[in-house]
Amino acid sequence: MATVHDATSSSSPSLEEMWGEPQGLGSWLSTVDHKRIGMKYLVTAMVFLVAGGVESLIMRAQLAQPNLHLISPEVYNQLFTMHGVTMMFLFATPVLSGFGNYLVPLMIGARDMAFPRLNAFGYWVFLASGIFLYSAFLTGHVPDAGWFNYVPLSGPRFAPGINIDFYALGLIFVAISTTAGAINFIVTILKMRAPGMSINRIPIFVWGELAMSFSIVFALPTLTVACVLLELERKFGFHFFDAGHGGDPLLWQHLFWIFGHPEVYIIILPALGMVSALIPTFTGRRMVGYIWIVIAEMATALIGFGVWTHHMFTTGLPQVAISFVALSSFFIAIPSGVQIFAWIATLIAGRPRLKTPMLFVLGFLLVFVIGGLSGVMFAAVPFDQQVHDSYFVIAHFHYVMVGGLLFPLFGALYYWLPKMTGRMMGEGLGKWSFWTMFAGFNVCFFPMHVMGILGQPRRTYTYQAGLGWTGPNLISTIGAFLLGLGIALTFWNWVWSRWHGAPAGNDPWGGDTLEWATTSPPPEYNFETIPTVASLEPTWDQPNLRDGAQPPEAGGRPLLGGHLTLSTSLLDGTPRAVVFMPHATLAPVIASLGLLVGFWGVVFGAWLLAGVGATVFAGGMIDWFWPRHQTQET
Amino acid sequence: MLRADGLGALDIERFWWILFGISAAVFAIVLGLMMVALARRHRPVPADEAAGKHPEDEPAWGGSFILFSGVVVPAIILAGTFGLTLHEMNVLSSPGHHAAMTITVTGHDWWWEARYPGGAITANEIHIPTGEVVRVRLLTADVIHSFWVPQLQTKTDMIPGRTNETWLETGQPGRYRGQCAQFCGLQHAHMIFYVVADPPDTFATWLAGQAQPAPPPTGALATAGEQIFTTQTCAGCHAIRGTSAAARIGPDLTHIASRQTIGAGVLDNTAGNLAAWITDPQHAKPGADMPPTDLTPDQVQALVAYLQTLN
Ligand code: HEM
Ligand SMILES: [Cu+2]
Repeated sequence: MATVHDATSSSSPSLEEMWGEPQGLGSWLSTVDHKRIGMKYLVTAMVFLVAGGVESLIMRAQLAQPNLHLISPEVYNQLFTMHGVTMMFLFATPVLSGFGNYLVPLMIGARDMAFPRLNAFGYWVFLASGIFLYSAFLTGHVPDAGWFNYVPLSGPRFAPGINIDFYALGLIFVAISTTAGAINFIVTILKMRAPGMSINRIPIFVWGELAMSFSIVFALPTLTVACVLLELERKFGFHFFDAGHGGDPLLWQHLFWIFGHPEVYIIILPALGMVSALIPTFTGRRMVGYIWIVIAEMATALIGFGVWTHHMFTTGLPQVAISFVALSSFFIAIPSGVQIFAWIATLIAGRPRLKTPMLFVLGFLLVFVIGGLSGVMFAAVPFDQQVHDSYFVIAHFHYVMVGGLLFPLFGALYYWLPKMTGRMMGEGLGKWSFWTMFAGFNVCFFPMHVMGILGQPRRTYTYQAGLGWTGPNLISTIGAFLLGLGIALTFWNWVWSRWHGAPAGNDPWGGDTLEWATTSPPPEYNFETIPTVASLEPTWDQPNLRDGAQPPEAGGRPLLGGHLTLSTSLLDGTPRAVVFMPHATLAPVIASLGLLVGFWGVVFGAWLLAGVGATVFAGGMIDWFWPRHQTQET
Repeated sequence: MLRADGLGALDIERFWWILFGISAAVFAIVLGLMMVALARRHRPVPADEAAGKHPEDEPAWGGSFILFSGVVVPAIILAGTFGLTLHEMNVLSSPGHHAAMTITVTGHDWWWEARYPGGAITANEIHIPTGEVVRVRLLTADVIHSFWVPQLQTKTDMIPGRTNETWLETGQPGRYRGQCAQFCGLQHAHMIFYVVADPPDTFATWLAGQAQPAPPPTGALATAGEQIFTTQTCAGCHAIRGTSAAARIGPDLTHIASRQTIGAGVLDNTAGNLAAWITDPQHAKPGADMPPTDLTPDQVQALVAYLQTLN
């Protein structure tokens, strides 16, 4: 405690001098500011959303009518594989890291993430792995065995090209980024909260990021192991998955889904957290059942590890084993139900204001309930065995992924972008975008339920006429383009608001969490004084929080002694230590570049190139960890 | 699955309507509650809230509302559905135990082979007798495939190193479309087959006929065709029982003329389509494991004439 007091009281350079980063284009390479990194994540992930979206529109065009030849079967298979991989690994997970990066430190009253350089590294590795995966298009050897890449189709015998090596190495690569980000979130959320933010005052969105991060840390290693085993089999002749040599193809499926199912919750939990963040603001009412929601999020993350086998109901596993999985798959619906009814309770208790973000939330609710209900149907084993791997599945998980992720995300964009840029997005255009997306989404994906029930298998580049599939497919294609248009409207709105948006002010919506207590956009150091929090809705309850400068009498700590932030205790948020934060550096971007070159070396079997990459990576790391005295120079 | 005709699929169709009913009810309730919330937003605002205060207390009904509608009711519904699920699993697994006959189906990239008791071998067309339970053993020659006839039965995967089983039963004579359901590569979309259900006596006649070797061709053209078949590349992959062609890489063609489609459901089995297929299978089915041939049109014509005798 004494150290905290000393550090806060010493007089020294201003916060601007301590925290100011170089400006200009080059500084985007070296920045360690969580807000700029968050912004980079956000924009990059949106670029991948566009890439994945274009891929899906080409697929839908090909399927508009039976027996079309717009694209070849090879290209179709590459497109749905890259669409799945892009959406799951390069869009959904990173976009949530982006929002989390920007918002978590602000919401918990910290000046940055716990490990700013690791944060920068996470971003650069994400970008590098995305470039790596997409460089496959330049070589013509694009992954083409689906996003879950079943063996033996993806093994050395049936996929001799380097297509699948791009997949396996790419996923190992992107996992580095995701894991680094997750660890950073966990430490930040547990150790960097503002004084007074005890564990029962953590905003639900932050809980969502925490649940996501724990799931990542426990789930991702199995994917990495699976990909390493696959590469050993492909490049060095091992036989882990090869039934002809005592291996087992089901091993891949188990490993993949032990990761793959939690991955779904990795994506959904923070998105649900966004919904929980928006509802109080737009109803003017505190969230009914905060504790219920937090427990539900944690329970979902936990049970999510016990249901992976429900992706394997048709593989002929023993009935007894299957019935246990069915049981847990049914009961994972309960935590989702709890959250849905907690939101509804809040909507009823409060007064919904139908601003654009709120429209996205309401649209989300309807769509997510449908996705949840069709999800429960899959737990009913015989029904799953009927519609598994048909278009019914595509319908289901897009209701969950687009409904559960994209709608909250776009709501969140309208809600938080004003905080990030200082300008409001257009409300009228926002509403147009919402209604176009909502209509387009349902027109696109609802007919897929019907197609699945009529027997259309997924991952088919064309289909025959006269099966009753033509009508629903055409409707679906029209819906897909409508959905694309709706998304484009929001992107246009984003760009438009950059120059023409009305100034946002600190708190345009009347929000309840700490990010609304500072300026828009926030200064590098976030808060002039690190606030002392006394409520779950501090901005509503603590009038002294205005302008990010809670006066010292009210508990605000300026922490002027250097590039500093505060570390607090895990449960009750009492200050424990002052933490020195690192300055901008090029080490992470150099190290990531080294990794990119190294991975290219491995995928092409160009070991010299791999060596160069490893050397550059090592150089970046040495620069990163070189002992310097800058932290004590105040 | 809709338009079900098989015992298994009919059962699931009933089950689906139950699931659908429950889901529709739940959705209606959520939608209704949302409408209530939206309708109530116009109620008068108390003075302190108008002044920017946010009510401190949780509504008294909040906790019990969440407990009741988010936990208790779903738990009851889910437990009921779980019970039904176990029941259905049981119903679906039992008929397989007293099957009258076993057919072995092997998935290949991208076609199906079916072997019957008594030596009959067919491709892409599986015949079953009506009114009897037929056990189907499922194997694969290469990657994972999945055996699915939506109108008759749920799907079951064919996995290297494993033998899975399913069963078929229908009272309705008819032709039921099946398709591979597990992505298996380039022509996954064209891995189609038909299950033909016939009354037991028709089936028995058919089976006996299919077990016979091919009769020697009559007529000059067909004889020339046989000659071409056994001496050109054809015999490197295909078998015609009763001739010297005995390879097992591609489908058995002993009774090809009795089948309704070629190329695993891609083309109708007509003379023109046969000729087109033999000349260049890659046109109708890019990537198929059958190479184009460099036979002269006359040779193709002879081949087709021969194949059309193979009833
Ligand atoms: C932007 C609107 C979207 C459209 C129009 C769309 C369309 C499609 C279509 C048509 C397929 C099926 C391809 C096939 O089976 O042949 C598909 C598959 C898939 N989609 Fe989307 N999608 C969209 C957004 C998303 C999002 C946001 C996610 C996840 C966050 C996502 C994740 C997936 C995955 C994982 C697959 C499966 C890929 C595979 O089979 O390996 N999609 N999508
Ligand atoms: Cu197949």
